[in-house]
Amino acid sequence: MSPSQTPAPPAPRPVGAPAILTVTDLTVRRGARLLLDRVTFTVPQGTLLAIVGPNGAGKTTLLRALLGSQEHEGEVRWSGSVRVGYVPQKLVDTDIPLTVEEFLAMKCPGAYGTCLATVGLDPRLLDETIGTLSGGELQRVLIAWAIVDDPQVLLFDEPTSNVDLGSEEVILETLHEVQRRTRVTLLLVTHDLHAVHHFADRVLALDGRVLYDGSPGGLLEDPELVRRVFGTTHPAHRHDGVEEASR
Amino acid sequence: MTVSTLLSLLSAGAVGAAAGYVGSLMVLRRMALVGDALSHVALPGLAVGLLLGFSPVLGAFAFVLVAAVLTWAIERAAGLPVEGIVGVLFVLALAVGLLLTPNPDLLEALFGDLAAVSLATTAVTVVVAAAILLLLRRLYPKIVLTVISPDLAASAGVATSLVSLLYLALVSATVAMAIQVSGTLLAGALVIVPAVSAKLVGPSLRAFSGLSLGFGVVTATGGVGLALGLNVPPGPVVVLLGVGVFLAALAWRGLRGTAPTRRADPGAADGPGRRPGPRS
Repeated sequence: MSPSQTPAPPAPRPVGAPAILTVTDLTVRRGARLLLDRVTFTVPQGTLLAIVGPNGAGKTTLLRALLGSQEHEGEVRWSGSVRVGYVPQKLVDTDIPLTVEEFLAMKCPGAYGTCLATVGLDPRLLDETIGTLSGGELQRVLIAWAIVDDPQVLLFDEPTSNVDLGSEEVILETLHEVQRRTRVTLLLVTHDLHAVHHFADRVLALDGRVLYDGSPGGLLEDPELVRRVFGTTHPAHRHDGVEEASR
Repeated sequence: MTVSTLLSLLSAGAVGAAAGYVGSLMVLRRMALVGDALSHVALPGLAVGLLLGFSPVLGAFAFVLVAAVLTWAIERAAGLPVEGIVGVLFVLALAVGLLLTPNPDLLEALFGDLAAVSLATTAVTVVVAAAILLLLRRLYPKIVLTVISPDLAASAGVATSLVSLLYLALVSATVAMAIQVSGTLLAGALVIVPAVSAKLVGPSLRAFSGLSLGFGVVTATGGVGLALGLNVPPGPVVVLLGVGVFLAALAWRGLRGTAPTRRADPGAADGPGRRPGPRS
């Protein structure tokens, strides 16, 4: 999306949708340190939930607990047997002779053509190794990986944290478009007020425990909460006129 | 060519294939030196086999497997890096092994001996190598996923800890077999050198793993064949041949240009742009 373009309108908010995820008293400890303290929330089906909070708030830990790769106390209950797609903040190691085609085929052999189009990837990238992709290209490959088997839920851990501004816009638009078209439930960990403001149906603000669980408007209207979550109280105007927080 | 030579070459080829394939994942997991150290852990196992009169290879496998499982368990419990744990086990095993191994058999244990390989041991070696290749082919994508992102692997339903343990068991079996070809001091080379060479020239995962397997076969059979002809222990010859393949791969990479590098995003001509908002 070019800066002059207006973002697509938010998807209709799900009203009265059944909960696809119920988290009750989720607690995670590392040694004596409490990373998450009795976190409780529900996510209605089809929601785009933004998870925000300062560094060390437990956002990534929460996603890992939802994926089942983090030991925890309390209950994480998915509705039925949902397929969950996941996009990590970054890959641990990309110095591997693994092509994009081989990577996607690991999850869904031969069925990734549509996904490439959905995320706007050139099919010629299929023969490239993941280590040679730009940050934006790699992130879109990861999104393609997450949606290739048509999941009901997508978990994104700061999908724009390692890309430049132009690619950040494209990735956020791509996520929004995927969510709008498929009505997939999307949990998006982000530091980005722009994403919260334009795309989220709901916001869960964390700092070890739940600080806020409600509409984006409710969060953005509370300067003290915004300062605590985003580290700022001064909204600024970006080049495209979108209200934005500055450092 | 005598039957004995043929059996030796067949054993070497089977071991080379398994070592090359297993080694490709060790290199991706940045565990190349762990493979080398694990081969030294086999020495006390060989010694116990020799002293008590059972198969030294079986003894080596048992010791390497115990070391691998201990490494896995300590890593999980104490959060220590694998190379640190293996480093401790390696020096302990080498010290105990050198004290236990009978002097007349020490050279053979250290540098390998395939001169007196029987039909039965060749058959067992080929079957075990084939089993390792088949099992690892199934585990390969799961292990690669855990390398690029353990969380991504978990989200795809990979039991990362179990896969890691299974892989270590396969490494143990491979290293125990490789000891026949290269001896405990140099068996690690058969696991590492073909894989490192393949990483220089393999443009995709399929090509890399296939080349690693192929280089393993060439290195092991070529080295054993030359050693039999020259009447010297096979270990050093296998290593020299493997390093020759590595140098050839390095030259090939040099002729094709430098290593591929990460591209910049189109909007990043003046450096990565950032939205002026709070960041982690």
